[in-house]
Amino acid sequence: MNAAPLVALVGNPNAGKSALFNALTGARQKVGNYPGVTVERKSGRLVLDDGRPVELVDLPGAYSLEPSSPDERVTRDVVTGKGSLERRPDALVVVIDAANLDNHLRFALQLIALGLPVVVALNMVDLAERDGLVLDPAALSRDLGVPVIPTVAVRKRGLDDLKAQLTDTIGGGAPHAEPRTLETGGALQRRARQIAASAVVSEAPARRWANMADSIALHPVIGPMLLVAVLFVMFQAVFSWAAVPQDLIDSGFAWLEAAVKAALPDGFLQSMLADGLIAGVGAVIVFLPQILILFLFILVLEASGYMVRAAFLMDRLMATVGLSGRAFIPLLSSFACAVPGIMATRTIEDEKDRLTTILIAPLMTCSARWPVYTLIIGAMIPNREVMPFVRLQGLVMFGLLVMGIAGAYFAALVLRRTVTKGASSGFMMEMPKYQMPQLKDLAIGLWTRAVIFLKRAGTIIAATTLVLWLLLSFPKPPANSGISPVDYSVAGRIGDGIEVLVRPIGFNRDIALALLPAMAAREVAVSAIGTVYAIDDTSAGGEDKITEKLRGRWTLPTALAFLMWFVFAPQCISTIAVTRRETNGWKWPAFMVGYLFAAAYIMAGITYWLAVAAGL
Amino acid sequence: MDLSTPIRAALTLEKLPRRQRGTVASIDWNRLAEAEARRLRELGFDEGVGIEVLHRASLGRGPIACRIGRMTVALRRAVADTIHVAPLSVAAIA
Repeated sequence: MNAAPLVALVGNPNAGKSALFNALTGARQKVGNYPGVTVERKSGRLVLDDGRPVELVDLPGAYSLEPSSPDERVTRDVVTGKGSLERRPDALVVVIDAANLDNHLRFALQLIALGLPVVVALNMVDLAERDGLVLDPAALSRDLGVPVIPTVAVRKRGLDDLKAQLTDTIGGGAPHAEPRTLETGGALQRRARQIAASAVVSEAPARRWANMADSIALHPVIGPMLLVAVLFVMFQAVFSWAAVPQDLIDSGFAWLEAAVKAALPDGFLQSMLADGLIAGVGAVIVFLPQILILFLFILVLEASGYMVRAAFLMDRLMATVGLSGRAFIPLLSSFACAVPGIMATRTIEDEKDRLTTILIAPLMTCSARWPVYTLIIGAMIPNREVMPFVRLQGLVMFGLLVMGIAGAYFAALVLRRTVTKGASSGFMMEMPKYQMPQLKDLAIGLWTRAVIFLKRAGTIIAATTLVLWLLLSFPKPPANSGISPVDYSVAGRIGDGIEVLVRPIGFNRDIALALLPAMAAREVAVSAIGTVYAIDDTSAGGEDKITEKLRGRWTLPTALAFLMWFVFAPQCISTIAVTRRETNGWKWPAFMVGYLFAAAYIMAGITYWLAVAAGL
Repeated sequence: MDLSTPIRAALTLEKLPRRQRGTVASIDWNRLAEAEARRLRELGFDEGVGIEVLHRASLGRGPIACRIGRMTVALRRAVADTIHVAPLSVAAIA
């Protein structure tokens, strides 16, 4: 039994619960400016003024105690003590957006009526004031019958007062009152509005500039053009901004490889470290700058509030395949990584909708594909300028991205008419105010992502690369036989076997070799190719970059087919695992893997034979 | 400027001209699915609340963004069609 009192942060979506949680516990929970950032309970520790520790849990936002989506169910279960595994909180901190009082008070009244000791954090009072809204916390406290503390979580204002009040509330062993019955529906709404109205000291009409910003962002013509432009700039930036840091990392690893080769005698250990580990892991780590730039863009879109505008613009298009604009947010997040994207689908109310979104999320060009795409495009596609500021390589990359989206669109269209058939769901969503992204939140988001990426590189990718290296290195061909070491190795022979299956779609043995370890994670394809060519490098110089080697060994149709394969192939253990968890079973992940591999095989084959026919 | 006199109540939110302020006169709750009606209420839609259409998405019949109270909410036209609005007199503004 945990002795520390349990305090839950609870309130409407996008009220700033996670920001408050981070400010109180020093945690680095993801925050963003759209409803539904937090989809599961997160807990942390807070020390009160009297030195007592408190376990603080951050709950997904909800509009009421009647949940309409899986994330809201978590919140309901915790605060009502219905969850079988959950301890019921000893107190609640109800977080309210000061600028949205009348609305958030409705849920607050429901929570207060539960009878648990409550402290209300009147959050974002600065934004309310910017909005011309001055509130009287004392009046609010009187009407609600619980303490009300004004806070600005992102600027750490009001935290001491909040902690002092919590110390009081918990320290006094505040008794749990009996749950009260509340009026429902419209009557509750009206009481909330009355309380809100009497707490307002002065009120000016809502801000003009936000309306102006939306007049552009949501404009029937300019809006969609702006969205396409934002996405296009995002993907071009990933290529152009990353060039310098990538060259630095690349030369760093080349230096390391050379240093290891110079320091160690020729043989097993030297080859394992230099050709296996350093060449393989280095080939992947080179892509860290690109991944961080991509994440930076997505984080800024999320933090600014533009994400929901994008959902608004996309709703009509999503409706044509039976989805809603809400599904666009997890799908856009999936461009960074499908795992958080699939978890973010918990905010989707309709079950069939949610399932469809999960099944198509892996088609979004996640950051693990960037290393694969970039390597092949960089090696095989000339980087000439096709029009001012647009280069062919960037254009091919954009084409692959569009291919993924088109694939997802088509898949959703078919799925919604077959396996996930159901009534078209609605779209109803609160649009948050625009906010300037906080540098610190962006830095935390990027740091978290960099750590995850480097961990993967150090574990899954390093391990599969090493295993591949071993299989590629043994047995050694007889000296002076002239047989390539790869051809003679165990892996080479396995590769020959797989090649039979993939030859019809234009893949060579080296690709067959790379595909197998890349089942663990897509980036491994890059490190695997790096390792294959490092071992196979019988030339005297031996320090050619992978790109030079690719040019010598791959034809353009093969390269294009390989790229197309990666648009569809579900080669990611983590995605399959999270799909299993989110759908409670193996049925849907198995279906997902099946349909995506089939699509990958067919599309890669079509690409190869079209390219061959076109004489590329 | 007098913004308080309703002139007529025959308009749905779907038809309300952009930037024309009004108050919610009534909502056809029974034309909405149960979950939809509940979410609508939770977002603050109720008789007597101030409302205004801010934006209409392009691409045929896209969603509508409206201000309800102090909040901006996006919803589809089918739902907007169940919300009847009493426009406020704008003579003073014009």
